[in-house]
Amino acid sequence: MCTKYFFKNLLVAASLLIGLQAQAAVNIQHWQTSTGAEVYFVENHDLPIIDISTSFAAGSARDEKAKAGLAGIARHLMGLGAAGLSDEDISKRIADVGAVIGGELDADRAGFKLRTLSSAREREQALDTYIRILQQPDFPAEVLEREKARIVANLREAATQPESISSKVFMKALYGNHSYALEGSVEPETVAAIKREDLKKFYSTYYGAKNAVVALMGDVSREDAAKIAERLTSSLPDAPKANALPVVTYPTQAYEQRIPHPASQSHILLGYPGMKRGDADYFPLYVGNYILGGGGFVSRLTEEVREKRGLVYSVYSYFVPMAELGPFQIGLQTKTEQAEDALKLVRETLDKFMSGGVTEAELTAAKQNIIGGFPLRLDSNSEILDYISMIGFYRLPLTYLDDFNKQVSKVTTAQIKDAFNRRIDTRKLVTVIVGGDQISGDK
Amino acid sequence: MLIRRWCWVLGMFLGLVFSAIAFAETHEFKLDNGLRIIVQEDHRSPVVVAQVWYRAGSLDEVNGKTGVAHVLEHMMFKGTKKIKAGQFSRLIAAAGGRENAFTSNDNTTYFQQLEKSQLPLSLKLEADRMANLLLTEEEFSKEIKVVMEERRWRTEDKPQSKVNEQFQSTIYHVHPYARPVIGWMNDLENMTVVDAREWYNNWYAPNNAILVVVGDVNAQEVLKLAKQYFDSIKSRVLPERKPQVEPEQKGERRVVVKAQAKLPYVLMGYHVPALNDAEKDWEPYALEILAGVLDGNASARLNQSLVRKSQIAVDVSAGYSMISRGRQATFELDGTPSEGKTAAELEAALLQEIEKIKQSGVTEEELQRVKAQVIAADVYQRDSMFYQAMQIGQLETSGFPWKILKDYPARLAAVTSEQVQMAAKKYLTRDNLTVATLDPQPIDPNDKTPKGKPHVH
Repeated sequence: MCTKYFFKNLLVAASLLIGLQAQAAVNIQHWQTSTGAEVYFVENHDLPIIDISTSFAAGSARDEKAKAGLAGIARHLMGLGAAGLSDEDISKRIADVGAVIGGELDADRAGFKLRTLSSAREREQALDTYIRILQQPDFPAEVLEREKARIVANLREAATQPESISSKVFMKALYGNHSYALEGSVEPETVAAIKREDLKKFYSTYYGAKNAVVALMGDVSREDAAKIAERLTSSLPDAPKANALPVVTYPTQAYEQRIPHPASQSHILLGYPGMKRGDADYFPLYVGNYILGGGGFVSRLTEEVREKRGLVYSVYSYFVPMAELGPFQIGLQTKTEQAEDALKLVRETLDKFMSGGVTEAELTAAKQNIIGGFPLRLDSNSEILDYISMIGFYRLPLTYLDDFNKQVSKVTTAQIKDAFNRRIDTRKLVTVIVGGDQISGDK
Repeated sequence: MLIRRWCWVLGMFLGLVFSAIAFAETHEFKLDNGLRIIVQEDHRSPVVVAQVWYRAGSLDEVNGKTGVAHVLEHMMFKGTKKIKAGQFSRLIAAAGGRENAFTSNDNTTYFQQLEKSQLPLSLKLEADRMANLLLTEEEFSKEIKVVMEERRWRTEDKPQSKVNEQFQSTIYHVHPYARPVIGWMNDLENMTVVDAREWYNNWYAPNNAILVVVGDVNAQEVLKLAKQYFDSIKSRVLPERKPQVEPEQKGERRVVVKAQAKLPYVLMGYHVPALNDAEKDWEPYALEILAGVLDGNASARLNQSLVRKSQIAVDVSAGYSMISRGRQATFELDGTPSEGKTAAELEAALLQEIEKIKQSGVTEEELQRVKAQVIAADVYQRDSMFYQAMQIGQLETSGFPWKILKDYPARLAAVTSEQVQMAAKKYLTRDNLTVATLDPQPIDPNDKTPKGKPHVH
């Protein structure tokens, strides 16, 4: 159902997940299944709902360039035919019990989510279907052809839209030969090259239990959760743990790419390789970015570019912490005639932030928001599920949530300035501008 | 989800099945100045969401001033006598809160999500801007540019949004739902702070607002706080709202939009009844079921038949929303043809699906499936306090008591295949059909002709 978007890295979702803190401690239970999958569980009986998320280290970074899109298509096809059930059978079995199956893909992760009522009949039928998808995907050839045609059509459409063009070009420019560039490398030709055998091979290589993290949340006992986790992972492919991804190398010089487009607005992205999950500089960068462009209406970028001058509807900056250095990205859209002015202003705002650092007052306000808003991050089962899944996938400590506020409160203005200047070299930023009538070319 | 102050078109509620919530803990109050307060206690987490709903949306605008409801929404963050421009957001942020606002055809809504002890701040600030907004020329002149950028981003450069805009102004000729929430660019270019002030003075009054609070709170304490902050605001005589009724459509309508894109797109719709009498009406519930049978899940008819089987489309959907303050509703179908297929072929295929319903109704299996999804959705949405507050606010500002949520699953469960068929036969007719199509234009990178008309300022 979400085919149109399934290639898109979950940048936005991930950016919302960057920060969290703890006071309302979440009691996370953790164990391994007999096959070696990691399980993270939070028991809560307030609502008669069970949420499950199963993630594999099978994101787009596992693609090969000539077949970019393979990871996404493999994940997508798993839900469209399993253990002899057709796509129609699967959809009906899920809908008949009011369950919802969802999925996500980013460069690191391929995920499968299930939400079901906890009552016995509903739960069993939903789980049975979900388990078949994970363990017995059929990858039907005719479904593959159909979905490839849809994906190619959507890619061709996206190739006409400035927003899609800019994010794709940006990822390629930022990551060059690194596998994080692959999510921007999906083209009609690479999709066309993907065969059923490729999907089967990809599945058997990356969907092993040792590559799996199961997160469970909700109305189920620990004992039942353990049984469910066993069932989910008992007959996954027998595959070794996936290799670590290559290290990201930093750009050696500034790079600017302009792509003409007749749209009324230019779409501008600037960035640099940012940080990892569990990064030593995570907290100074996270808190600092809140001040620069992460804190919505109160950030410096919004104040300078939108509030003072009315140049944009939206301007932001964020870090996407990943297994390796995920992007640090600044983005905006503005009327093409004023794109140069807006870009200049963004650069000035960033330079001033880098050279002058943040004020004590700004830091205090940032901490107040991040720490004071902690309970909002964990006020639903679905949010808690996402956190424990992330903690599991990136092997963060179980006390991650409990320690978060403490870590945030320790950040100093000096640490922010130091971390940004060590990590982000503004002389070597990648800049992508889609819009205007300049002849395409690199500078 | 949009990241900044945004406007929602009515269509965004399509597909959100509204459903019942925990009723036992919902309380209603009314202050002497007319402000209504609805509190739903939900003690799962130590948080609270507060929403102030104004019964003022693009429905209430007039030609030449379209978009003013949404512009005023932006201006509500631009300072009062006590709180200077931008401070509202800073105060909420410093309290650990999230805040934003949205404008639709029917309403303008402001919200804050906070740790529960911070509710007084939210109510204090909302009460202040309900009565004391400054609306200066200087702030207006900057913010109107932001809104024009928003229109460019949201509509001008998005082919399908343009189709939707043209569809609305074609299916409606008379009713204000013909006009875009964001406003026509010409109207934004010519809008002044005087227009914003007039809007604020007309509609921002306690007797035109509803405060909805959901969270880990005590209803009586919320009432006490609301009294403390809102009681002193005087009620106002609201402008008369004239009845606005779209005349019956007699004959098919068509509109074509040319824009730079690769794939065509078709959006079609019929005038159908909105919910009017929650006790007696059955047609809106039958139409809701019909939308579910056509597009309620991946195996529903449209996707199964047109995307998976005949593969005439890469995407299809159907939608209907019965709740509307303007008491007008449309039943819509849309889709993107597969490569090599035309908009006309997809349109014919969509109409064929409607014909099948008219001839044979829907199966018992399909009915049961939609009902099972409604029952489950009813439980799932209790996981979101924000969504629960949205439902209450939307119903109440549309003139329905929130209590109708209680009977909603039962009313849907009572719908029969014959009723779905009857509703389809009665309303989904050729003379009542409007079709908007996107005629995709190639992008010529060497095109140096000026874009749009010159702006004279």
